[in-house]
Amino acid sequence: MDRAAVDSTIRSLIEPFNKKAVAVEDSTTFAGDLEFDSLTVMDFVAAIEDEFDIIISMNQQAEIESYGQLVDAVTKLQGE
Amino acid sequence: MSEAVTQADKPPVVDNGPRDLFSKFDDTIRMRETLLASGVEDPFSLVMEKVLSPTRAICNGRDTILLGTYNYMGMTFDPDVIQAGKDALDNFGAGTTGSRVLNGTYQGHKECEQALMDFYAMDHAMVFSTGYQANLGIISTIAGKGDYVVLDIDSHASIWDGCAMGNAEIVPFKHNDIDAMEKRLRRIPEGAGKLVVLEGVYSMMGDVAPLKEMVAVAKKCGAMVLVDEAHSMGFIGEHGRGVAEEQGVIDDVDFIIGTFSKSVGTVGGFCVSNHPKFEIMRLVCRPYVFTASLPPSVVATAATSIRKLMHGSNKRAHLWENSRRLHGGLKELGFTLGTDSPQSAIVAVIMPDLERGAGMWEALLSEGLYVNLARPPATPANMTLLRCSLCAEHSEAQVETILGMFERAGKAVGII
Repeated sequence: MDRAAVDSTIRSLIEPFNKKAVAVEDSTTFAGDLEFDSLTVMDFVAAIEDEFDIIISMNQQAEIESYGQLVDAVTKLQGE
Repeated sequence: MSEAVTQADKPPVVDNGPRDLFSKFDDTIRMRETLLASGVEDPFSLVMEKVLSPTRAICNGRDTILLGTYNYMGMTFDPDVIQAGKDALDNFGAGTTGSRVLNGTYQGHKECEQALMDFYAMDHAMVFSTGYQANLGIISTIAGKGDYVVLDIDSHASIWDGCAMGNAEIVPFKHNDIDAMEKRLRRIPEGAGKLVVLEGVYSMMGDVAPLKEMVAVAKKCGAMVLVDEAHSMGFIGEHGRGVAEEQGVIDDVDFIIGTFSKSVGTVGGFCVSNHPKFEIMRLVCRPYVFTASLPPSVVATAATSIRKLMHGSNKRAHLWENSRRLHGGLKELGFTLGTDSPQSAIVAVIMPDLERGAGMWEALLSEGLYVNLARPPATPANMTLLRCSLCAEHSEAQVETILGMFERAGKAVGII
């Protein structure tokens, strides 16, 4: 799956978690713009992991702050 | 970092002097001030002026029934336990002033470890200065770089801190979700070391883990299994060895972590294991090596208490009667509880919010009842809980008195 396809899949996965319907761009941050708390992060990460059949460990999550970084990381992980 | 990019090289002019490192705690300070401004008695600075028994103390000047101490088996005032401690103080002094691997291993430490090996019928036992250090030390040491720790999201702080201190990849899964755990285990790259960390009883809600299924899945996936049995030792399982024993999987558990600060009635932590290389932990586990060992009186009380717990079946039965009665009684009164049925000696009463939780906590205290007020972030799903833990020394009459106190306080605060 290329980056664009990963992007569109994650875009649909994020919808139920994007309660305030924030416009999502590559620079959108999870903690700041989307106001995800730790429980939301866990459920959202689990949804992505199940969809792409990958693991995003907490160590990797710590490096991911924005939507664009997430799409990059997933693109890389599912290619491995 | 993002700020720095938009700023010139020259440091910004600061009006209020240098940056106060404590400003990161402002939200917590504000939360506490708001709570106290409502006039409520501070739930986090209670002082017990006198302890009368495992179930009664003078708290902030009032004669109070204790229902939040984890003193499950009431061993704190057992005469044999106290005598063992006094003898050790007389014969070995107040403290060891040394690490277990230098001058801090006394006869009593070895006897305490032997008592644990006998209690669990396992080959190795290692005593730490606290339960927190046992989790911190074992998890951070055995799971290294390139290994994976797969753990329940509701794990105790000591487990999370053990993960944070080590260099392994940390992969949490949804609380007690066997399927979520298995999926994550299966995705771990081939050849990587795997450690699954579970708890027998989860202390916030008092619920029990499906260890039978989870341990089987972990083993099938080639993982080692560590189970924290802090809240089950002494009264769950035929020999009081915990939930893993009760569910028949204790032989497949590689490491059991436990504490002396609950059923055993003193302080300290331990790990028991049948791993043939386990003894090397004594040299490589930093939270074991770089701290002073427990005082002789503490290991003497612990060893005596552990041996008495092997024969505690009557007390155990009474503890279960108390737990069932309190759980059933609170449910009847209309309180929302953490579990549908009583699964352990912890009964968690769910509060609508922190403000009313604190109000209820204070109302109970003025009735003469102490329970734990648990609040985010220690609680799952950001809940406010009144956590009750029963003791085998609570009398039937005390449990009825407790239910009456809950009824009056609950009505006064408007929760039931």
